[in-house]
Amino acid sequence: MPQRDGITEPWGARRPYGPGEHWPTRVDSYLADGVTPESVQRWVRSAAVLHSNGDGLDIAVRDSRIVGVRGRSDDRVNRGRLDPKDLFGWQANSASDRLTTPLVRRHGELVEASWDEAMDHIVRRSRELLDEQGPGALGFYTSGQLFAEEYYALAAVARGGIGTNHLDGNTRLCTATAAAALKESFGCDGQPASYTDVDHADVIALFGHNVAETQAVLWSRILDRLAGPEPPALLCVDPREMPVAQAATLHLAPLPGSNVALMNGLLHEIIENGWVDRGYVERCTVGYDDLAATVADYPPERVAEICGLEPAQIREAGRLLGTAERLLCTVLQGFYQSHQAAAAAVQVNNLVLLRGMLGKPGAGVLQMNGQPTAENTRECGADGDLTGFRNWANDEHVAELAKLWNVDVSRIPHYGPPTHLMQMLRYAENGSLRFLWVSATNPAVSLPDLHRIRSILAQDRLFLVVQDAFRTETAELADVVLPAAMWGEKTGTFTNADRTVHLSEKAVEPPGQARADLDIFLDYARRMDLRDADGAPFPAWTDAELAFEAWKRASRGRPCDYSGLSYRKLREVSGIQWPCTEERPDGTERLYTDGKFFAAPDYCESYGRDLVTGAPTEPVEYQAMNPSGKAMLKAAGYLQPHERPDEAHPFLLINGRTIHHFHTRTKTGRAPQLDAAAPEVWLEVSEADAAAAGLSEGDLAEVSTPRGAVRAHVRLGGIREGVLFLPFHYSYWDVDHAASKDGDRAANELTFTDCDPVSKQPLFKVAAAALRKVGDEQPAPTIAPAHTTVHEELVTGATR
Amino acid sequence: MKLGLAIRELHRAEKSMARDLRKTADRHAAEHEVHHVAQDLAGWSEEHVHELTRHGRNYGLHLDERVPGSGPLAPLRTTLAELSAGRPEPGLLLLADLRRLHRKAAGVSLDWELLAQGAQAAKDTELLELASRCHPQTLRQMKWTNAMLKSMSPQILTS
Ligand code: SF4
Repeated sequence: MPQRDGITEPWGARRPYGPGEHWPTRVDSYLADGVTPESVQRWVRSAAVLHSNGDGLDIAVRDSRIVGVRGRSDDRVNRGRLDPKDLFGWQANSASDRLTTPLVRRHGELVEASWDEAMDHIVRRSRELLDEQGPGALGFYTSGQLFAEEYYALAAVARGGIGTNHLDGNTRLCTATAAAALKESFGCDGQPASYTDVDHADVIALFGHNVAETQAVLWSRILDRLAGPEPPALLCVDPREMPVAQAATLHLAPLPGSNVALMNGLLHEIIENGWVDRGYVERCTVGYDDLAATVADYPPERVAEICGLEPAQIREAGRLLGTAERLLCTVLQGFYQSHQAAAAAVQVNNLVLLRGMLGKPGAGVLQMNGQPTAENTRECGADGDLTGFRNWANDEHVAELAKLWNVDVSRIPHYGPPTHLMQMLRYAENGSLRFLWVSATNPAVSLPDLHRIRSILAQDRLFLVVQDAFRTETAELADVVLPAAMWGEKTGTFTNADRTVHLSEKAVEPPGQARADLDIFLDYARRMDLRDADGAPFPAWTDAELAFEAWKRASRGRPCDYSGLSYRKLREVSGIQWPCTEERPDGTERLYTDGKFFAAPDYCESYGRDLVTGAPTEPVEYQAMNPSGKAMLKAAGYLQPHERPDEAHPFLLINGRTIHHFHTRTKTGRAPQLDAAAPEVWLEVSEADAAAAGLSEGDLAEVSTPRGAVRAHVRLGGIREGVLFLPFHYSYWDVDHAASKDGDRAANELTFTDCDPVSKQPLFKVAAAALRKVGDEQPAPTIAPAHTTVHEELVTGATR
Repeated sequence: MKLGLAIRELHRAEKSMARDLRKTADRHAAEHEVHHVAQDLAGWSEEHVHELTRHGRNYGLHLDERVPGSGPLAPLRTTLAELSAGRPEPGLLLLADLRRLHRKAAGVSLDWELLAQGAQAAKDTELLELASRCHPQTLRQMKWTNAMLKSMSPQILTS
C-alpha cells in the first residue's frame, strides 16, 4: 500500500479528474504502532470532529481502546481521504490527563467530588438565583463540537425549561457570520451549495478561506481538479501567500479590514460590464437598485486605494468572476473574523445572485463553517436562534415551539434576539449574569482581549460550571468541573458545512466517571425538576436516539428538515444532506434549485438586520420589502476599521488557525504528531518588515498591542507588508516552551473587544500592533517527531 | 426664504447628534457594541454636517463644518467607564443615554422631513437629493437606539 508522511504531505497523492466526473476514491488510514488492519477488532462508524469538512471515517478499536482511523470510501464528502487532524487527533482520547471525576472548588482549590455532590452544588445555586433574580441570572455557553442531540437537549433545557434568553455556542466566534450572511440574503441559514460543486465549477473563488489548512480534504478535491483536464480557475483573496494563493490563477491580498470595499469594487465591475443575469435578478431577488446605487461609488481606483491593491487587479478579478460559467464562491474566517464581517460576506451572496449562480451544478456559495458541528448549534437553537430555524420575532414560530415542548409560550424568552456570547460576558462583567455553564469550549483562550475575559471568568460572584474532557484554562477558573466523554465515547449525529449529516457511534467507554454531555444535561434537567405544562418531566427523552427522534419532530416542516432520517438509515448510508424527508429520502444536494427561497415573511428564520447598525428589521418592514419571499440583495458602504495603525503601533495584526491545530489545541496539542509539527507559536512577517526591524528567520520577536504582548519566533513569509500573522490558540497548559511564559503566548492577549454588529462575531483580524526584536535565533525545540506514516489506498473504479 | 434657517437648524442638530453619539461611546466604553457602533453612526452625522455646510453656501450661510470631538473630558469618561465596568449602575445610565439619543434622532429626522418639503416647494432639487440621501441614515440611527433599548432593558431592569 502506498505510504506518505501525514504531516509533511497533508493533501496526499493526486487523483486527477475532469469537470463533471466523479471524484476518485482514495482511502487514508493511520493505525497506532504495532496495530495492523487485521488485528483491529471492530471498525466503528463516525466522522471527523476536528474541523468542519465532515470527513466520514471509521474508528479502529482493539481491546476496548481506540487504535486508529480509516477514511470511509463510500462517503460523499471525502471519498476515503483524511486530513492530519483526522489521522492523528484521536490519540487525545487516551491522553493521560483526561478529566475522570467531577471537581468542586473548596477553600479556593478544585478537589475531587462525587457526581451527586457536584450536581447538587450546581442545582442549589441555580435555584437560588432563579428565586432571587429570575432566569436572566443564568447563562449557558456551549460548543461547536457536540452532537445535534446534545444541542437540542441544551436548547430545550435552557429556553424551554429554565426560560433564559442567555444561550449561545462558540460558533459565535467561528461562523456566526456564515449564518448571519445566509439569513440576510436568503431569509434563512443553511448552505445553498454542496461540496460536489467543486467537481463542476469552472471558476472557484475563495474569499478569506484558507481551505488548504482549514478543510484539507476539500483542498485535495480542488487540487485533484487542478491536476485534471480543464481545471477551474482559482481566485484567492487573502493577505497571506498561503498554499491556496500559490495555486491561484489570481491572488488578491487586500489590507485587513477592507473586505467590503473590495467586494463592492468587484460588484461594481460586474454591473458596469453588464455581467448581471438580468432575468434571474428580476425573477428571484429584491433590492437591486439599492445595491447598484451603492456599488456605483466603488470604482476600481477608489477600491484599490482603500485595499492597497492595483486597479488592474480588481478589474481582472471582476472579469474572472463576471465571465465564469459555473462559479463557486466560498467564504471563511478571513471575512468572518474581520471588520464589517457580515456586510462583506453578504456581498459574496450578492455576487452569486447577480450572476444567477445558484442551484445548478458547479454554481453556488458556501458560507463555510470552522467547527465540525457548528451547523447543529445553529439549527438546534443552541446559539442565537430558536430551535429548527424558527424566528424569535415571529410569535407564531414561538408558539409552535411552545406547543412542541408543551410549555407555556411565556416560558420561552423572545422579547429580543437571543443574547450573544459577548453580551453574556458583558452581563457577567457588570454582575447581572451570575451563573455561566460552559460546555466543551475554552473561552479563557479563544476569546478576544484575554486579560479582560480572565478577569470576568475569575470573579467570585460568578458561579462558573465547566464541562469538558480536559482541565482547560477555563476549567481552572471554575467552581464546578464536570468530566465529559469525548467523540468516540458516545453516540450522536452531526452535520458539516454542506449539510451532510453523519452518525458517530460510541466506540469505547469514557474514562473514569466521565459522562456523555447529553446525559449531563438531562441529569441537570431531572435534578432541577423541570416539567412541562402537564407536569411531566421535561425534556422527556432519555437517550441519544430518542433525542434524535425528538429533534426530527422539531425540525419537521422547517428548512433543516431531518424527518426522513433515522439512526438506521445513517448506518446504511455514509452521510446524507438535509433536508431529508419522506419525499426526499436521499437528502438534498443543493438548495434553491428552482429560484425559490425560505424567505417568505411567515416562514423565514429571520427578518434580518441593518448591515451597519445591526438593528433587527421589524416584521412589517420585512413584509413590505420582501412580500413574496425572494432572495435579498443588500448593500453596505465601507467603514474604516475601529482600530487603525498609528506611529506607536504601525502594523496590522491578524491571527488564525493553521493545519495542525484546532480550537485552543485542547485535543490537537495532545496528539504527538500534531504537537511535534507545530509546538510553538510563531509570527509571520514579510521580508521587508523583518529587515526593517532587524529580524531574521527564527529570531525571537515581541508583537504588542495596547492590550498586551506575545513573544514568538519569526517566520519570514509571503505576507503583505505592514501585516503580521500569529496562529491563534496557543495557550498556557503546556508552557514549558522557550518562547512562552504566562500571559505572553496566546494571540488573543492582543485582540480587542469588538464584534460585528450583525452577526455579533468577535473580530480577531484587525488590531494595530508594534513589533520589536527581543532575542537572537533560538535552537529549534528538541522534540522527536512522532511516527507520521499513513497509508493511502488508491481505489480504482470507484462509484458514487 | 426661510430654507436657510431650516438648514442652519438641521446643521446644529446634526452636530449635536454627532457629539452625543461620541459622548455615549466614551461613557460606555465597556459596552463594546454601543461603543463601536455609536462611533460609526457619529460618522454619518458628521458627514451630514459637511454636506449641509456645503449646501448652505447656496443660501449665503457660513456654517462651521468642524464637529468638535467628544471634548477634553473624553479620556476621563472612557477611563471612568472602564473603571466602573464591573458595576451595575452604568446600566441605567446607558438606558438613559440611549433614550436621549433616540429622541434626538427623532428630532433630526423630523427636521430632514421639513427640509425636504421646503426643498420641493423651492424646487431645489440638489437639496432634495441631499435630504433623501441623508434622512434614511437618521432613521437608521433611530432604529438602532430603539433596538439597543429593546434588547438591553430586560436584563438591566430585572437584575
Ligand atoms: S479554530 Fe476557532 S475560529 Fe477556527 S474553527 Fe476552531 S473555533 Fe472556529
